[in-house]
Amino acid sequence: MFRRVLGKTLGFVGYTIQYGCIAHCAFEYIGEFVVCSGPSMEPTIINHDVVFSERMSRHLCKIQKGDIVIAKSPYDPNMNICKRVIGLEGDKVCTSSPSDLFKTHTYVPKGHVWLEGDNLRNSTDSRSYGPIPYALIRGRVCLKVTKYIDIYNIKKTANVSFCNIRKLVMIRSHVYGF
Amino acid sequence: MVLIMLIATLYSPLSSFLMAQQTTAGRRYLRAFVSGFFVAVPVTVTVLDRFAYVARVEGASMQPFFNPEGGLKSDIVLLNRWSVRNYQVQRGDIVSIVSPKNPQQKIIKRVIGLEGDFIRTLGYKNQYVRVPDGHFWIEGDHHGHSLDSNSFGPATWTSSSCHR
Repeated sequence: MFRRVLGKTLGFVGYTIQYGCIAHCAFEYIGEFVVCSGPSMEPTIINHDVVFSERMSRHLCKIQKGDIVIAKSPYDPNMNICKRVIGLEGDKVCTSSPSDLFKTHTYVPKGHVWLEGDNLRNSTDSRSYGPIPYALIRGRVCLKVTKYIDIYNIKKTANVSFCNIRKLVMIRSHVYGF
Repeated sequence: MVLIMLIATLYSPLSSFLMAQQTTAGRRYLRAFVSGFFVAVPVTVTVLDRFAYVARVEGASMQPFFNPEGGLKSDIVLLNRWSVRNYQVQRGDIVSIVSPKNPQQKIIKRVIGLEGDFIRTLGYKNQYVRVPDGHFWIEGDHHGHSLDSNSFGPATWTSSSCHR
């Protein structure tokens, strides 16, 4: 009787360990669902939105400009941040705010990326803490789960928002003549 | 990792195919092999990611602690990932982090200062540096032959593991 209970408990523990390890591999190497909070990525991602971030691009080093990524915060490793990649290593990025008269630029150093939120007025990102190492990136956001259960492909909005940002930069450069 | 995904996609049609056939000894052996493989690979990957990791130390940046003889023999170390799961290290620990300059390379150095400490640097752009929150200052034991915080500044928690 006791041996049967022990056998069943060991079997249960074994299955738990096995499925726990499979779950860990899935979350670490395939993707995970993330709940985003904060206004820094509006209107692309609103407060309390659920998004799916996939891990394969990060392990294969295929993160590109314009992708929305989930990264570890450089000031607190327990917190994650969700921002858009504006510049990869070697790119020239604009660090001054739109209201400044003189534009300042920096080059993103080797092995780092420059992140900015879509809601530029209400976002702490690389404009305050500088470029972050590539290894802090955890995954790339590819899908957003909307309230009405249909999956909304976030890539299309990413292209539209990125085009808007580019148009803004071109208008600014025309006005200030550089 | 691509192999793992391939195995996962092949597992369910393969097992149903195996059930549909008559169970000969060969088929039974194949089913046992596949199910054993599907258990062993995730468990191994989880252990290497969460608990312990074996690595070989290359280079002279931690002499005389690691590789005291130089280029001929490389030391092999066991890195403990479980002890850094709460992101706590102490001064004097040897840690391995992903290099901020090259995300495909890992570097092994010693922790000299934690967040809030004031460091006197050797060859950094500022002579005195206060380590910001969430960062730490690492240096190799062999000063001058080491790519460490004196080159790239305070380091942050990019996938680190600890060797005490």
